[in-house]
Amino acid sequence: MQIPHEVTARPDTGLYNAKLGIWLFLASEVMLFGGLFSAYIFLRMGAEDGYWPHGLLNVPVGAANTVVLILSSVTVVLAWASLKMRKFSQYKLWMGISILCGALFLIVKLAYEWPQKFEHFGAFIKKDAIAKYEPYLDNEGMKRKKLAPRVEVSGHLHEVTMTYDPKVWEGIVKEQETNLQQIDDRLKSGKESKSVTSELERDRKRIAAKLKEMPSVKLENFLPKHDLEIAKEGGHGGAAHHDPSVQTIHSTKMHGSERAGVTPATAEKLEKLPGLKLVTFELGLDPINADPTNPESDKPHFWYKGSTKTHGTIQRQDVESWSAFAPKHSPYFAVYFTITGLHGLHVLAGVLIMLYFWLPVEGGANMFKRNPEHLANRVEVVGLFWHFVDLVWIFVFPIFYLL
Amino acid sequence: MSQSHDHGKEVAHGASHDSGAPADHAQHDMHLGLYWGIGGVLVVFTAITVWLSYVDFDKMFAGHGWNIIIGMIVATFKVCLVGAIFMHLKGEKPLVWKFLYFTLFFVAGLFFLTLLHYVDPIFGTTHAHH
Amino acid sequence: MSTAALTHAHDAHAHDDHHYDPGFWRKWVFSTDHKMIGIQYGVTGLAFLMFGFMLMMVMRWQLAHPGEAVPYIGGLLQTLFGSSAFQSDAKGIPGVLTADGYNSFGAMHGTIMVFFGIVPVAFAAFGNFVVPLQIGAIDMTFPRINMASFWCFFISCLFMLVSFVVPGGAAKSGWTSYPPLSGIADLGPLNHVFMNGQTLWVTGMVFNITASLLGSVNFIATIIQLRAPGMTWMRLPFFVWAQFVTAFLLLLAFPPLEAAGVMQLMDRAFDTSFFMPTGLIVNGATTQWSGGGSPILWQHLFWFLAHPEVYVLILPGIGMVAEIIANNTRKPLYGYKAMVGAIFVLGFLSFVVWAHHMYMTGMGAKVSAFFQVTTVMISVPSVILVTALMLSLWGGSIRFTMPMLFATAFLPMFGIGGLTGIPLAFNAVDLYLHDTYYVIGHFHYVVAPGTIFAIFAGVYYWYPKATGRMLNEFLGRMHFWGSLIFINGIFFPMFLQGMAGVHRRWYDGGAAYEQIIKPVIHWNNFMSVSAFLLGLAQIPFIINFCWSIWYGRKASDNPWDSTTVEWDTPTPPPHGNFTKEITVYRGPYEYSVPGADKDFTPQTEAPKADKPHSPTPPAAAPAH
Repeated sequence: MQIPHEVTARPDTGLYNAKLGIWLFLASEVMLFGGLFSAYIFLRMGAEDGYWPHGLLNVPVGAANTVVLILSSVTVVLAWASLKMRKFSQYKLWMGISILCGALFLIVKLAYEWPQKFEHFGAFIKKDAIAKYEPYLDNEGMKRKKLAPRVEVSGHLHEVTMTYDPKVWEGIVKEQETNLQQIDDRLKSGKESKSVTSELERDRKRIAAKLKEMPSVKLENFLPKHDLEIAKEGGHGGAAHHDPSVQTIHSTKMHGSERAGVTPATAEKLEKLPGLKLVTFELGLDPINADPTNPESDKPHFWYKGSTKTHGTIQRQDVESWSAFAPKHSPYFAVYFTITGLHGLHVLAGVLIMLYFWLPVEGGANMFKRNPEHLANRVEVVGLFWHFVDLVWIFVFPIFYLL
Repeated sequence: MSQSHDHGKEVAHGASHDSGAPADHAQHDMHLGLYWGIGGVLVVFTAITVWLSYVDFDKMFAGHGWNIIIGMIVATFKVCLVGAIFMHLKGEKPLVWKFLYFTLFFVAGLFFLTLLHYVDPIFGTTHAHH
Repeated sequence: MSTAALTHAHDAHAHDDHHYDPGFWRKWVFSTDHKMIGIQYGVTGLAFLMFGFMLMMVMRWQLAHPGEAVPYIGGLLQTLFGSSAFQSDAKGIPGVLTADGYNSFGAMHGTIMVFFGIVPVAFAAFGNFVVPLQIGAIDMTFPRINMASFWCFFISCLFMLVSFVVPGGAAKSGWTSYPPLSGIADLGPLNHVFMNGQTLWVTGMVFNITASLLGSVNFIATIIQLRAPGMTWMRLPFFVWAQFVTAFLLLLAFPPLEAAGVMQLMDRAFDTSFFMPTGLIVNGATTQWSGGGSPILWQHLFWFLAHPEVYVLILPGIGMVAEIIANNTRKPLYGYKAMVGAIFVLGFLSFVVWAHHMYMTGMGAKVSAFFQVTTVMISVPSVILVTALMLSLWGGSIRFTMPMLFATAFLPMFGIGGLTGIPLAFNAVDLYLHDTYYVIGHFHYVVAPGTIFAIFAGVYYWYPKATGRMLNEFLGRMHFWGSLIFINGIFFPMFLQGMAGVHRRWYDGGAAYEQIIKPVIHWNNFMSVSAFLLGLAQIPFIINFCWSIWYGRKASDNPWDSTTVEWDTPTPPPHGNFTKEITVYRGPYEYSVPGADKDFTPQTEAPKADKPHSPTPPAAAPAH
C-alpha cells in the first residue's frame, strides 16, 4: 500500500505530503515559541524596576554560536541542492558540516555557557535593607543618572557561615518516633477496621524506613562532605545565638592554600537541612558590585568579565532570595533556560535526524541509489526544520544577550 | 524552486506524473552563490545587531525602549532572509503562505492581547516599565 | 458505479490488500491503520468518559450527603484511592470523600472529560476512522505519526491514572490548574518530587498536547493531500470540514498551553517563578520562590487554548449531527455553504475571545469591552450552524433511527447550552455569575447533552461500518430516553442554583451557606439522584456496545442508504479501505434528487450516460 504524494507533489497544492506536514508542524512550533516569547514579554513588562537583569550572558560566545548556526543553515541548504543536482559526495560533505555545526552549538551551550551560570551566585537584597549595601550598589548614583536601581549583589561564592542547632534535628527524629509509637498503639488495640489496619501498616513501614535513613545528630553525618571542609567554631555561637549548643560553622573548600569556594548548589543543600541556618555569604564581587560608581558599570559589556578579587559580605537575613544563576534565580533566567533549553532540544533533534539522513542506512543516505528524489525531499524537510531552529535563535540571541 | 512545474488548475491528482529526474542544474548552480551570499549578510547583520545594542538610542531619540525596537527590526530582517531564501518562501506555494498568514495573525494576537493587561489595568498595581 | 472512466490514481495499492497480514501486534496494538487507531482512540476515550463520570457520581454523593460514607462501595473506594481521598466516618465506616479528595476528583473530572474523553472520541476516534473513508483516501498521510500520536496519548493516560494512587492523590487545583495554587499543591516533605498529583498532571498534559499536535498535522495533511479524484472542497461532507477546522484549532491553540505546561513544570520541579508572584506567603511563611512571575500569565496562556478547545469539543459533534440529519431527513443539508463559512469564522474568532474567562482578574473596561464584543460576535456563526441544522429538518420525512434520535436531541440541548452562554459574555453579568453553578450548567449543556449526545449518535451511526454489525434498537432506545431525561435532571437545576449564588467549588454542597441558598439547596438531592440514574441509563449502551460486536444483526455495506464515500467500501473496510478506485462525481448530500432511481445518489456514482456531462472535472479548488 503506497500513500499517494509521498514523493511527488499533488498537482492542486504543488506540495508533497512531508513538505505540507513540516509546514503545519512549523506553524505549531511558531505558536509554541510564540507562547514562550509572549511569556518573556509579559514577565519583562511586569518586572519591577531593576529586577530584569542585563548583561549577564557572554556576548562573544553567543554571537559565535549564532554564526555557527547561520553557517549550518547555509550548508544544509547546499546539501539539499547537491542532492537535487544528484551530486552525492557533495551532499555527504555539506550534510556532515551541518551536523558538526549543530553538535558544536550544543557543546558550547552544555559544556561552557550553562555550567558557568550554575557556578555564579546572586542575591536579591530586601527592600528595607538595600541601603546597607550602598557601597556595592551605588543607588544614589543610579538615581542621579535616572537609571533603574540595583537590587542584586552577585559574584563568586567563596564561603558561607552558618549555625547548627542539633536540637531541631533531634526534634524531628523524636516526632517521627512518636508517630511510630502511636501507630503501634493503634495497631495493638485491635479496634481498627481492616482497611484502616492495612493503611496503618503501610504508614508504619514508610516511617520506619525513613527513620532508618536518618543520620544521627552529629553534624558530620549529614553535611555533604565531599563538597566542603568544615571549620567549626563550636560552642560559643554567633551574635544571634546565645545557646551554647548552637555551633557556628564556616564552610569552605580549600584547594591547596587557595579557597576554591563553595558552590551555590552546596549552599542550597545546606540551607535545606533542618537545624542549619545560613548567616552570611562571602563572595568575590562581580565588577558591577566591586566598582559600582564606575560609569562603565552602567551598561553591559561586550567582553565577559568574571568576578573580581574584591570581597563582599552579605547577611542572609537581608536577602530576599538567592541562588546560582539558575532557572530559579529570577524570571529572566527562568525564561532564558526554558527557551534555550527547548531550543537546544530542537537542535539535538535536528542533529539526530540529519545524522540519520547522512549515515549509510536504509532510510538515509542509501536511499540515494533507489530514490534520490525522495532523499532530497527528506533533506529539504529536515532543512526547513533546521532553518526554523536557526530562526528562533536569531530572536533568542538579541533578547537575552543584548537587550 | 524545488517544484517549478506550472500545474494547471484543473488537474486531477495522480501518483506518478513526476519522473523524479534531477531538476535544472544551472538553476541550482546559480543559487549556490546566493546561499553563501545570504549567509554572509546574516553574519554581517549579527555583528550589526551586537554593535547597535551598545548604542544608546534612548538618549538619541529621547524615548524609551528604542534599542529593543531597533534590535527587533534587525532580527526580523534576518528572519525574513532566512525564510525567503533558505526556506524557499520566496516563490513558495500559496497554500504554505496561507498557513503562515493564519499563524502569524494568531501569534500576534497572543502577543498583543495578553499585553492589554498592562494597557488597561483596573487596579493600577501592575508595573509597565521595561 | 463505473470504474471505466478512471485513468489514473493509486493503482499500486489495490492488489496487495488481500495478502495483508501484519501479525497480531501490528494489527491490534501497534497498528498504523487509521481505522484501528480510530477504534483504539475510541475505546480508550469512551472508557475515560465513563471513568470521569464515575468520579462525578462520587462527588454528587458528597454534595447530596455531605460527610456521609459512600454506600456499598465506600470501602472499595478507600482501598483504591487511599487515605488522602477517602476516610472513615466517626463510626469507622470507610468511604467518606475528603475535601482534598473532592478537589482531586473535581479537577480530574474536568481534565479527563475534556482532554481524555471527548477530544479523543469526537476528534481523534471519529476523525481517524471516518475522515479518510469519507474523502476516499487509503489511509492517513503519515500512518506512523498517527500511531505515535495514539501512543503519546496512551502515555498521557497512564500519567493521569498513576496520579490517583501516588501519596497525596491526583491533581487538585481544578482542571484549569491556576497558579499559585497549582504551583504549591502537592509539594512538600510528604510528596515525591516527581510522583505527585500536580506534577504528573502537568507532565501528562504535555504528552497529551503532543499527541494532539501530531494528530492534527496528520488530519490537515490528509484532508488536503489525499482527497480522491473529484472530491473537490465543496464536495466534502460537512463532518470533514468540521474536523479540518478543529484540527487547525488544535494545531495553533494547543502549543501555547504546551509552553505554559513546560513553564509550570519548571515552576514545580526547578522552583522557577513564571507564575509565582513576588512576596507569596504560604501557611504564614514566605516561600522559596524568587517571585516576579504572574499568575495571570498562566490564565492567558491557558485560555488561549481552552477557549478554542470549547470549539474543539463541539465542532466534531456538529459535524456528526450534520451527517446524520442529512441522512435521516433524506434531503440535503440546508445552507451547506453558509455552514462551511460559519465554521471558518467560528474557528477564526475563537482565538480572540479567550479573556472572557478572565473578567474577574482585574481587566479594565476597555479590555473587557473588546472581549465582550468578540464573544458576542462568535455567537453569530454558532447560530448559523444550529439554525441551518434545524432548517434541514424542515419538510424532511424523518426516519427516527437511533443515530437520528440522538442527533435531534442534540439540537435543543446544544441550543440551551449556547443561549445560556450569552449572558456570560457580558462583563457585568459575569461578575455575578462567575464560578457559580450557572456556568457549570451552561457549559455542561454544550458538552454533555451536546457533544456527548453527538458522540452517541456517531457511535450508533458508524458502529456498523466499524464492526459489520448493527447496534440493538431496543437497548438503544432505553439508553436514549434514560439519558435524555436524566441528563436534564442533572443540569437544568444548576441554572436555578447558580442564579441563587451557589458556588461551583463548595465541597459540602452549600451546607455551610444553607441560610443564604435555602430555596435551592434541595435541588442537590434531585441532581444527584438524576446523576445516578443517568449512570444506570448507560448500562444498556455498554451491554449493547459489547454484545453487538459478536451478536448484533449483520449490517450491509450501506445500512443507512447514505451517499457519502465511507459507505462505498466493504463492511468492515479492509486494509487500504477500498476495493475499487474511488472517483467522486457529486456533492455529499444528494438525497431525494428528482428523477433519480433511488432516494440517494452516492458521491461515487457516475452521472448517467444519457445526460450530457463532463466526466470528472475534479480536484483543484485552492486549499484554505
